[in-house]
Amino acid sequence: MLDATNLECVRGNRRLFKNMSFSMRPGDLVQLIGPNGSGKTSLIRMLCGLLPPTSGEIRWRGTRISALGEEYYSAVTYLGHRHGAKDEFTALENLRVSSGLSGCEITHEQAMDMLTRVGLNGRENLAARLLSEGQRRRLGLARLLVRQTSLWLLDEVLTSLDEAGAESIKLLMVEHLDKGGMAVVATHQELDLSVNNFQRIELAS
Amino acid sequence: MFRWIVWRDLMLAWRRRTDALSTLFFFMIVVSLFPLSIGPETQVLRSIAPGVVWVAALLASMLSLGRLFASDYVDGTLEQMLLTPQPLYLIVLGKVLAQWVVSGIPLILISPLLGVQLGLSHQSLLVLAASLLLGIPVLNLIGSIGTALTLGLRGSGVLLSLLVLPLCIPTLIFGTGAVEATLISANPEANIYVLGAVFVLTMVFAPWATCAALRISLE
Repeated sequence: MLDATNLECVRGNRRLFKNMSFSMRPGDLVQLIGPNGSGKTSLIRMLCGLLPPTSGEIRWRGTRISALGEEYYSAVTYLGHRHGAKDEFTALENLRVSSGLSGCEITHEQAMDMLTRVGLNGRENLAARLLSEGQRRRLGLARLLVRQTSLWLLDEVLTSLDEAGAESIKLLMVEHLDKGGMAVVATHQELDLSVNNFQRIELAS
Repeated sequence: MFRWIVWRDLMLAWRRRTDALSTLFFFMIVVSLFPLSIGPETQVLRSIAPGVVWVAALLASMLSLGRLFASDYVDGTLEQMLLTPQPLYLIVLGKVLAQWVVSGIPLILISPLLGVQLGLSHQSLLVLAASLLLGIPVLNLIGSIGTALTLGLRGSGVLLSLLVLPLCIPTLIFGTGAVEATLISANPEANIYVLGAVFVLTMVFAPWATCAALRISLE
């Protein structure tokens, strides 16, 4: 499904990694670990297609992702460092707008339901600027639930989540992998998930 | 999808309506400075009116341009837009359309009032509004390329002006040309047609360039 071959990443005049190869099949989980500045975010952004690799290639179902374009994006959800929520919008509006933009419109009731599932009940009509850091993360998680794509690219997704929040994202991940989904997760924390196909990729500094 | 992006940007502008108002007041103040500094001779004012209103409109739209992508870039919604399964072209077009509604239409609506202040006749006022109606979207579209290129740079405001203002010169010439034609009782149609052609051309090509610039800026 997703094959990365001989990826190399150069940022500025520093080479972050080279000869990075791995492939993923349905149900696979890849955890990226490494110190700050070792290229975890860069690798995830490459897998998104936001950052073209310095050399090497990434293929999705056998086709280069740069050639697939929008078709690839309908199979991918990316949660980055930045939350992707507008401060001026409420949690509910944020979710509905981002869903609408990604082509899967949801009704008011569906959005309320998703927000309850990620633990934001009672905060639906609060402007995002009033939400805490962890609550904004949860808002991002709601996007994963709405879009139901097969590949999740999660960058530091556990940061600033409380224990219950971290547990629920792990549950979501296990559920997703069981259904044949795939996930790439960059995180410092131990994931200790009970999944079969678990690869760890260590990035050296 | 297109509906959502336009709705989103209009709603955001409504929640930050002081931004749009400040653009409008900037436009009104710049135009009003000319009669105060040059003096009240109607003949002089009327002859410089087309240029004054057009240059002020150009500067006012430059002022609002910086906001087109900046806040979306900072909070990460822009990278999410790049990763939607919809064409980025439509997203850019939707954002520029919303920008035009928010900061362009008020300028067009207030321009006849400012024209009266500078002694323009009834026919000149109509042509002035028509030329701005076609010209301001062109300025927004060209500006969107510049904004996308300078995203995340320090001092991007000045750089943006340096990049975009020269590209706006043709629009400025034909826009003022149309209004000036009415001053000497000539036919302004030719200029308006050229403006229309420039508008159609930029609407087709500028979003495409903006998309490419956005992809580069977000690397």
